[in-house]
Amino acid sequence: MTATLRNHDPALDEFAREVGSEGAVSIAGNRTRWDVGGPLDPDTRVLSAPTGIVEYIPEEMIVTVRAGTSVEELHRTLAERGQWTALPERGGTVGGAVAVGQNDFRRPARGDVRSAVLQVRYVSAEGTLITGGGPTVKNVSGFDLPRLITGSLGTLGCIAEVILRTNPIPATTRWLSSTNADPFAIHAALLQPGPILWDGTTTLVMLFGHEVAVAADIDRLRSLGTFDDCAAPSAPTGHRWSVPPAALSDVAALNTGAFVAEIGVGIVHAEQPQSRPPLDAGALLIHERMKAEFDPTARLNPGRTVGVR
Amino acid sequence: MSLLDRFRDRVGSGSATSGDPLVDDLRAVLSPDRVKTDGAQRSLLGKDASVFDGGSAGPICYPISTNEVVDIMQVAQRHDRAVVPRGAGTGLAGGAIPLGAPIVVAVTKMRSIGEIDEANGVAWVEPGVINLDLTRHLTPLGYHFAPDPSSQQVCTIGGNVANNSGGPHCLAYGVTNSHVAAIEIVTPSGDVVMLGGLDPEPDGYDLRGIFIGSEGTLGIATKVAVRLTKNRPAVRTLLLSFASVRDAANTVSDVIAAGIVPAAMEVMDQRITEAVENYVGAGYPTNAAAVLLAEVDGPEEGIDIDADRIAEIGRANNATMVRVAADNTERALLWKGRKTAFGAVAQIAPDYYLHDTVVPRSALADVLDEIYAIADRHDLLIMNVFHAGDGNLHPLIVFDGRDEGVLERVHAAGGEIIEASLAAGGVLSGEHGIGVEKQKYMDRLFSDADLDHQNRLRRAFDPVCRANPGKILPMGHSCADIQQLRSVPTGVWG
Ligand SMILES: Cc1cc2nc3c(=O)[nH]c(=O)nc-3n(C[C@H](O)[C@H](O)[C@H](O)COP(=O)(O)OP(=O)(O)OC[C@H]3O[C@@H](n4cnc5c(N)ncnc54)[C@H](O)[C@@H]3O)c2cc1C
Repeated sequence: MTATLRNHDPALDEFAREVGSEGAVSIAGNRTRWDVGGPLDPDTRVLSAPTGIVEYIPEEMIVTVRAGTSVEELHRTLAERGQWTALPERGGTVGGAVAVGQNDFRRPARGDVRSAVLQVRYVSAEGTLITGGGPTVKNVSGFDLPRLITGSLGTLGCIAEVILRTNPIPATTRWLSSTNADPFAIHAALLQPGPILWDGTTTLVMLFGHEVAVAADIDRLRSLGTFDDCAAPSAPTGHRWSVPPAALSDVAALNTGAFVAEIGVGIVHAEQPQSRPPLDAGALLIHERMKAEFDPTARLNPGRTVGVR
Repeated sequence: MSLLDRFRDRVGSGSATSGDPLVDDLRAVLSPDRVKTDGAQRSLLGKDASVFDGGSAGPICYPISTNEVVDIMQVAQRHDRAVVPRGAGTGLAGGAIPLGAPIVVAVTKMRSIGEIDEANGVAWVEPGVINLDLTRHLTPLGYHFAPDPSSQQVCTIGGNVANNSGGPHCLAYGVTNSHVAAIEIVTPSGDVVMLGGLDPEPDGYDLRGIFIGSEGTLGIATKVAVRLTKNRPAVRTLLLSFASVRDAANTVSDVIAAGIVPAAMEVMDQRITEAVENYVGAGYPTNAAAVLLAEVDGPEEGIDIDADRIAEIGRANNATMVRVAADNTERALLWKGRKTAFGAVAQIAPDYYLHDTVVPRSALADVLDEIYAIADRHDLLIMNVFHAGDGNLHPLIVFDGRDEGVLERVHAAGGEIIEASLAAGGVLSGEHGIGVEKQKYMDRLFSDADLDHQNRLRRAFDPVCRANPGKILPMGHSCADIQQLRSVPTGVWG
């Protein structure tokens, strides 16, 4: 038994006792994405997850953090050692960010949430503390419970603690804006483009890396249009669309209304909601079985369905 | 191996004849020449590249389309027989070893590379496509498939997906899971399901993510959308030598601690370096206790900042030599040396057992000391060549299986290596998987309740243990034991 994996943490035991094994239960973070997945059934007990950074090992690029900790606090601590994680900075908690599984709009420079969760500890519908994954950056020891739990919206287990991969903050980041450059050409021209945001008229692009590399990227961009330095934008808001990146070349056809598109990624933040086809029958069957296996009495986050935006 | 013995006892070693209704049904849905039942094939496909034997293949099917895989799955259902997906059989944990005379579904004839969808950054390929063939196909278009296992000349994309395979260049770019957008699978119930998608946040649970690394136990991958990675305009390959393995290991963890994530950081100890030099003459120094091959890539501008920094950190850790590959020829030769390391040991002894554990990078040096001590205690030769950057150890035990009692010592030493890795805060496998090799260690890492949850995940895909039973989960969990296969056939196969 490894020390890291089985560290006994009374705070997690207490959380497991609170969740218990009976009655509808839901975990609230900072309620920044509270409506994702549909309205919670009334009469559901709403709890908070334990808080605090348990262990941060910058030289291993991992951090163990309890789910109720805010992403802001986590990233403040990591920044002191020049690191960050893929979790979105939108005012939420670590557990909420993992449960929702949506990426930060700066994903191209930060990585995706699903790859960032190395180990998860959650309280099962039976009230038992379960550990999946492990504390190392590379691991194929058994079935991948961290990937299952990430994005499962608290419908399979109540996230208590995670070990996250951290990444070095690039030496330089610079945001530029342009009103006459083709955002798709920008994406094609750069070897490792950072986030590229486009609202139909203006393109914002973040360049990152060594200062000389950023300067060289700026030179490359000059042939595509005029670019001015600009402030880092805040996270776009609106209904969240997920489309194949190629579909962005004809955004008008999507009927999004006003939009901000993440070029090369395929997320669109839009005025109108996205209507998505239901899962096909085979996938639905696996989903239903998964839910029944992990939460046979349907007590975890009742009312919420994964995939409802 | 006790587990395999149990399977062997149960099914015996039948010989196939036509007239067996299972074989007839399979031949009716595939063309007869793509259902093999001869002893030679079945004995060949009873093994993989691991040291485990005792597998026994039932009929071997070579489908050429998704529909044929569905047909096979339906026949399997009618006859209540297990199926084992198989790629090139290079797995090292026994994942493709058939237990209980199942239908072996070898996807090696499904090897076409389909649409290259640059606008979406993916290529659609069949599971039997060989890893290196894919990269060769993509290179002229300006792309490659990032995971580059040392076995890439033979292993398949389906096998890479099933084992979540890595390779030297996965340090910065991530293992297979980061390079697959979508997978079409045939589920154990015979449904064709698309997992994941080309959009970044597909609806539902991350079934794509959990299928990757599931070692053929959740269904058969029949089509894969692999991500295209742009080729790097600039590369610097550094070769550093050290008078001790510890200095090399410390360099690796200091590089990461300095906030540099190189494309690759690989270490070879002196014994393996000697073997490599004798085999391919790649230009490695044979008088160093360890060599570190570090590579950085990216745009030309700024690349030397990281390369210089790595050299500096190496020197601070007493590097006796730091050399930068002068050109692509020298670089290619160094990598050839690294990637043929396992072939090279065949020159030393006929058999090897390649281990695979992961430890925290800062524990590398201590765990390696322990591994050499284990070798001494068991009077075995152990060489180390490993993905140092992510702490992924590959101790290689070299032996001659004809020596009396040597296998017992090899397995005892292997067990101690695993224990030493776990004690250092590590995990059982970084890229080879659990298969049949490490099932019995799963409860060292996970509680019964943890394993029960892994089992639930599996059951959601495969409630009847149709796909690759007997793998990953230890005895006592469903699908781990052939006794729980609902019906083990008697008669010609058993
Ligand atoms: C010399 C040598 C070097 C190696 N180096 C590396 C390395 O650097 N990194 C690394 O990660 N691995 C390495 N390996 C291990 C091995 O090559 C990889 O695990 C590889 O991905 C296996 O591919 P395969 O086609 O041979 O799969 P197989 O061995 O045929 O099968 C492996 C597993 O995948 C399942 N499977 C195969 N195809 C499918 C499919 N279509 N659908 C569902 N399941 C399927 C099988 O059931 C089995 O469980 C090495 C092996 C050797 C012999």
